[in-house]
Amino acid sequence: MDYKDYYKALGVERDATAEDIKRAYRKLVRKYHPDVNAGPDAAAAERKFKEVGEAFEVLSDPEKRAAYDQLGANWQEGQAFRPPPDWDAGFEYSGGRNPQADRDQFGDFFQDLFSQRAGFDRAARPGAQMHAPGQDHHAKIVIDLEEAYKGGSRDFTLRKPELDAEGHIVLRERAIRVTIPKGVSDGQHIRLAGQGAPGIGQGKPGDLYLEVAVTTRPGFWLEGRDVYMDLPVTPWEAALGARIGVDTPSGRVELQVPDHAQPGKKLRLKGRGIPGRPPGDLYAVVKIVIPPVETAKARQLYEEMARETRYDPRKKTGG
Amino acid sequence: MAAQKSPDPVCEVVTALTLIDLCRISGSTTDWVIELVEEGILDPVGGGQSAWRFESSSITIIARVRRLQSDLRLNIPGAALVLSLADENARLKLRLMQMETDPPGAMAGSEPDR
Repeated sequence: MDYKDYYKALGVERDATAEDIKRAYRKLVRKYHPDVNAGPDAAAAERKFKEVGEAFEVLSDPEKRAAYDQLGANWQEGQAFRPPPDWDAGFEYSGGRNPQADRDQFGDFFQDLFSQRAGFDRAARPGAQMHAPGQDHHAKIVIDLEEAYKGGSRDFTLRKPELDAEGHIVLRERAIRVTIPKGVSDGQHIRLAGQGAPGIGQGKPGDLYLEVAVTTRPGFWLEGRDVYMDLPVTPWEAALGARIGVDTPSGRVELQVPDHAQPGKKLRLKGRGIPGRPPGDLYAVVKIVIPPVETAKARQLYEEMARETRYDPRKKTGG
Repeated sequence: MAAQKSPDPVCEVVTALTLIDLCRISGSTTDWVIELVEEGILDPVGGGQSAWRFESSSITIIARVRRLQSDLRLNIPGAALVLSLADENARLKLRLMQMETDPPGAMAGSEPDR
């Protein structure tokens, strides 16, 4: 287990006041909140958000902060750490202040210090609610674009926090086979009837709702059911127009690039987006690729073009 | 667990949720969901509350609004603003990343002259 520097996580000094800590925390929460940071940075932001939450959970609670401080200031972030025996002896605890915090998601360091050894908040932890009768469960699965087009069947591993006999949080894994319906799109949910929490007595079990996230390869992106893909073309294909073969998620198609196609021009392939009623469209977005000048002949051709065309793309910009 | 031994579970895409369905699945009150509709955060089709049908992405939107409310202490209009800016920001970042990535086969830099 590695030592965690909670002061460093919040960017405050060890003698920071409770007010300083709260201010630093609020600033960082705004910056790294997962719902503010969707898109490509989402995973990094979420990691940071959890670190900040864990640090605040400890430093905002005078009792936990005192216990943490007692470990001493000589530890370095990431240093191998084992709590000294009876490190928490002599502290009087009154229980947690923030039962909504996702404590089960905090790292080993936190769990060791404040859950298993010290006996904080045992009753208040989440996970207990998982045993309510027939409750619906929610999880997220990630599929790729091809699966969204074609559907398929695949095993996913879901983890859920549960309390073991001694009241510790354990992550219980279960494998579940999910039939991915053809044409499922990003953000939709798949319902697995009866796969939620078991009912008590005559109660029906709850359902499991899986939120679908569709990932794409580089060069592809999604807007709802519409699929966009980069279409790399040579300068002469863009200038003169060309009929080219393109591999799309639904197979190879022939595409007509019009003459004088500028970068960013969208060529629409109706109904070739994610299938559905109605299906999405596929857009091939022109991206002009300049080939390297590798031979004397190629150089000569470019030079000839420069001489013959006398085209000045900066003429109208006034730059 | 008994469920693991049973045949593969039936999977269906969740479509066209009623207000009642959505409240049950997301653990929300109808009044609160109606507020989200009035704010334009949720956009059901159909006229009148009993005819409303929600996309299943509403379940995720509701969870996001909840987290924004509890973590950033936002009210509903504030959460609506954050959601629309965050989504726009994500789209732009993704687009920027796509534009800055060279397509396969493109040279990363110019080759030295031969």
